This record gives sequence, structure tokens and C-alpha cells, in this order.
Amino acid sequence: MKENIVIIGGGIAGLEAAGQLLKLGYSPIIIERTERLGGHVASWHRLFPDMSPAKELVDGLVAAASGANIFLNTEISFVNRLKDSYNIMLSNGISIITRIMLVTTGFSVFDASKKEEYGYGVYDQVITNRDLEHWFNGNADPRIDNSAMNAVGFVHCVGSRDEKARNSQCSKVCCITAVKQAIEIRQKFPEASVYCFYMDLRMFGKKYEDFYINAQRDYGIRFIRGRVSEVSENIEGKVVIKAEDTLSGKPVKVTLDLLVLMAGMVCSQASSRVAGMIPLPTDSDGFLKSKDNVYGVVESPKEGIFYAGACTGPKTVPEALAEARAAALDVHLFINGLK
Amino acid sequence: MDFGFRISPSSAINLDNVDLTLFERLHEMEPDVYKCMACGSCSATCPASVYSGMSIRKVILCLQRGREKEAFRMMKNCMLCGKCTMVCPRGINTRHLILSISKLYSETK
Ligand SMILES: Cc1cc2nc3c(=O)[nH]c(=O)nc-3n(C[C@H](O)[C@H](O)[C@H](O)COP(=O)(O)OP(=O)(O)OC[C@H]3O[C@@H](n4cnc5c(N)ncnc54)[C@H](O)[C@@H]3O)c2cc1C
Ligand code: SF4
Ligand code: SF4
Ligand code: SF4
Repeated sequence: MKENIVIIGGGIAGLEAAGQLLKLGYSPIIIERTERLGGHVASWHRLFPDMSPAKELVDGLVAAASGANIFLNTEISFVNRLKDSYNIMLSNGISIITRIMLVTTGFSVFDASKKEEYGYGVYDQVITNRDLEHWFNGNADPRIDNSAMNAVGFVHCVGSRDEKARNSQCSKVCCITAVKQAIEIRQKFPEASVYCFYMDLRMFGKKYEDFYINAQRDYGIRFIRGRVSEVSENIEGKVVIKAEDTLSGKPVKVTLDLLVLMAGMVCSQASSRVAGMIPLPTDSDGFLKSKDNVYGVVESPKEGIFYAGACTGPKTVPEALAEARAAALDVHLFINGLK
Repeated sequence: MDFGFRISPSSAINLDNVDLTLFERLHEMEPDVYKCMACGSCSATCPASVYSGMSIRKVILCLQRGREKEAFRMMKNCMLCGKCTMVCPRGINTRHLILSISKLYSETK
């Protein structure tokens, strides 16, 4: 019997898993709630640490997955548990019987307006990492276009490592994203002073530390250890930020033309909704819970249901892709086991 | 009227008023100066540190915060023994850096 494989989420993890499953001879179904494939990465411009174009990656993944049965603008309405399978009802009225689901629903960018002290949505000169990435991609943004760009600041850990924001986790990708975006700002505006306000710099990945040294030595990015405590606007319409320079133990203040908040990664509501229908458990960090966080990251606690990518926690692109390949192999082995 | 207490001058650093022209010249001469990651190895190994408070880490920081006087006060105690250079994990030639700072900042004073 031909097994249906339902991939929920057409981001890079879902696409890569579909591409691998097609190569293995299966015909997976991708369900994507938005009108386009590629997830978050489709909105990014260049990827750390080599500044490779995000568009090329996404185009390649979409091409490799084009043989799959793809439903765009489609969500899951409900899931019924049958004897040894699931009946999935889609928002377009189609229903699918399956024993295998791969959840690749990804993450959400933390809503920076919840950190009221940073003034996102209140002051015109305050934007997020996502806004800046859109602007790098050629989308006009008056907040950036109208800014003098003499002094630009980056605030790390916005909505991460913050119990008040109900997320005590580190979002993992924002330190290196800040380094990348700070370099890009200096490349575009060589005269600008660029500051990064950090608590710790988490440069865990391949070549990240080199990228950081590059930012310091060759681009003169000024790294200041201390969390920004408040942001206000002055009469000229610039933003004034306050922090402690914890290395000298003194309060520090600076006036900026643009402030970029490094909003973190949190579990998306769309992920939680799907998880609630199956149902799948949530881990203590708010993301979907794997069977085991060491040897079973791409397996859910439920037989036949697998994960890949940022739905189980903050991931980089190469990590999400590696998990997608691992999950495709697990699906293949699971189907072999059914025979 | 004397209330028996007074407010001490603000110790806050206002980066808007810090003139980094000299530091940028230093950066041109010693590109590695920006590589310091404030690990403190240099100060921990410095024989002058325990007695005089000399710390090349703090010197680098002070120069970037417009606190040159404080930096010079510390640097006076350096014996140029070079131990800090041997331990710096970022490969900064701190001994050479100290000489460059002395040269550049005294020239322009
Ligand atoms: C500002 C920023 C910059 C970044 N830059 C880099 C970088 O340079 N390099 C790097 O390695 N990583 C980077 N990352 C991390 C990268 O974005 C993630 O690793 C990647 O997006 C994870 O892919 P994913 O497919 O797991 O999730 P997502 O990209 O979130 O994709 C999930 C997809 O599933 C869909 N979906 C969700 N729920 C449902 C549902 N219920 N039904 C149907 N569809 C659903 C979504 O619409 C989306 O298309 C960055 C992250 C941020 C925040
Ligand atoms: S990666 Fe860096 S900026 Fe992001 S949450 Fe972790 S420490 Fe903070
Ligand atoms: S060269 Fe100067 S700063 Fe370095 S260890 Fe010797 S005395 Fe200390
Ligand atoms: S040892 Fe090097 S990197 Fe560490 S604080 Fe000293 S100068 Fe900076």
C-alpha cells in the first residue's frame, strides 16, 4: 500500500525533507499555511557566516521539492485519530488518511513590542533584526531610509534570556546575526559608529568566532557588555539609550540614529495549534517536545510522527537542514518497518 | 546651606561626547586593538598589576571611553616585560600596543 507522508510546514526543513523523500521514491505532501514556500529564510538576505544569498538556497530547495504534492494557503482544520492512522482535514476541504506526519512548523520571531522599555512600535528609529533583513532585501523602510545613519546600535537578547518576557532560553542565532548585520551596516555606511550591546557573545558555530573578530578588527564594531535598560527619544527625534558598561562598572549613554533589536526565536502559535490537535507535548522551553533531546530529537513521543527544524527549538539553517535529512531517513526506515 | 552631604559628580560615560579620533588612529597603527575580548589574562599575569593596578585590558577600555588620564596613570607602571603578550589569546601584541599608545598620545598632547 502507498503510504501518505504529510509534511506540515513548507520552510527550509519541510522542503529539504520533501526533496530527500522524493529521491527515496516517495511522494510527500507539503501543507504550507502562507502563500509561499521557504519560511523565514525566504525573507532573509544573506546568511552567516559566509554571507551566502538566502534566495539561492531557497530556490534550490523549492526546485528539489517541486515533485511533491504542495498545498499553499492551507492549514489543518482538525485531526482525527483512527485505529492505526490519522485522518487530517485540511482548510481547503481535502482530507488525508496517513500514518506518517513530519512536523516542520518552525518558529516565530519574538514580538519586540512586548519589551515596552525598548520602544518598538513607539519610536520611529527602533526596528528589529527582521525589519533590517527585509530592508537589506530591497524593501523600503522609512524608519531606515529617513535615518542619518551616523550611529547605529544593536541590542542583543531581546525577548531571550528574559524571564519577564517568559523566555529564559538563549535564541542561539541572534548574536551571530547581530555580528552579520553590524558588518553589513558598516559596509553600507562606512562612516557610521556601530555599537553592539551584549550580555554574552555566543559564537558557537563554524567560523562564528572568526566572523566576530572580523567585525571587531576590520569593521571597528564597538562591543559593549551590558544590557540596554531603557530607550527614549530626544527632541531631534533620535533615540537615547542607557546601559551599564559592566566592564568598567560605569553607566553609559549614547544617542543613536537607529536602534536594531535582536528579537529572539519562540515557538509559533501555528506550531502549538497543530501540536494541540494531534496531540503532541510541549517541552519546558515552550517548543515541541522530542522523544529524547539527545538521541531522538527528530522523533516525537508518538509513533509515526517526526520533527525537523526550529519547531523543537532555535536552530541555524545547517542544523535545520541536517535534521530534515535525518527525519527523511527515519520516515523511510519507519515505512520499511511497517511492511 | 549645608545639609551635610553632597552629590558626587556623575561617573556616567556619555559616548556622544567621547572623541575617538586618536583611538581610530591607534586602530590604524594597531588593527588588533579592537580584537580585545576583555578576558583579563593580561592583567592576571602582569607583575605590575597587583601593586599598581596596571591592566592593559582596562587601558584599552579607558581609551575607548574617553578616560585617557586613567589609562596613562596605569601605563606608567608597566615595565614592558611582555608577559601579557605571551598570554593574550587573541594574539594582540600588547607590549607593542603599549609603546604605540605612548608614542601616539604623547605626540599629540
Ligand atoms: C533575524 C534572523 C536571521 C537569521 N539568519 C540566519 C542565517 O543567516 N543563517 C542561519 O543559518 N540561520 C539564520 N536564522 C535562523 C533560520 O531562520 C532558521 O534556522 C530557519 O528559518 C528554520 O527553518 P524551519 O523550516 O525550521 O522554520 P521556518 O523558517 O519558521 O518555517 C516554518 C514554515 O512552516 C509554516 N507553518 C507553520 N505552522 C504551520 C501550520 N500549522 N500549518 C502549515 N504550515 C505551517 C510556516 O508558514 C513556515 O513556512 C535567522 C533567524 C532570524 C530570526
Ligand atoms: S544568541 Fe546571543 S543575543 Fe541571542 S539570546 Fe543568545 S546570547 Fe542573547
Ligand atoms: S608588559 Fe607591562 S602590562 Fe604587560 S605584563 Fe609586563 S608589566 Fe604588565
Ligand atoms: S589578554 Fe588580550 S584579549 Fe584578554 S583582556 Fe588582555 S588584551 Fe584583551
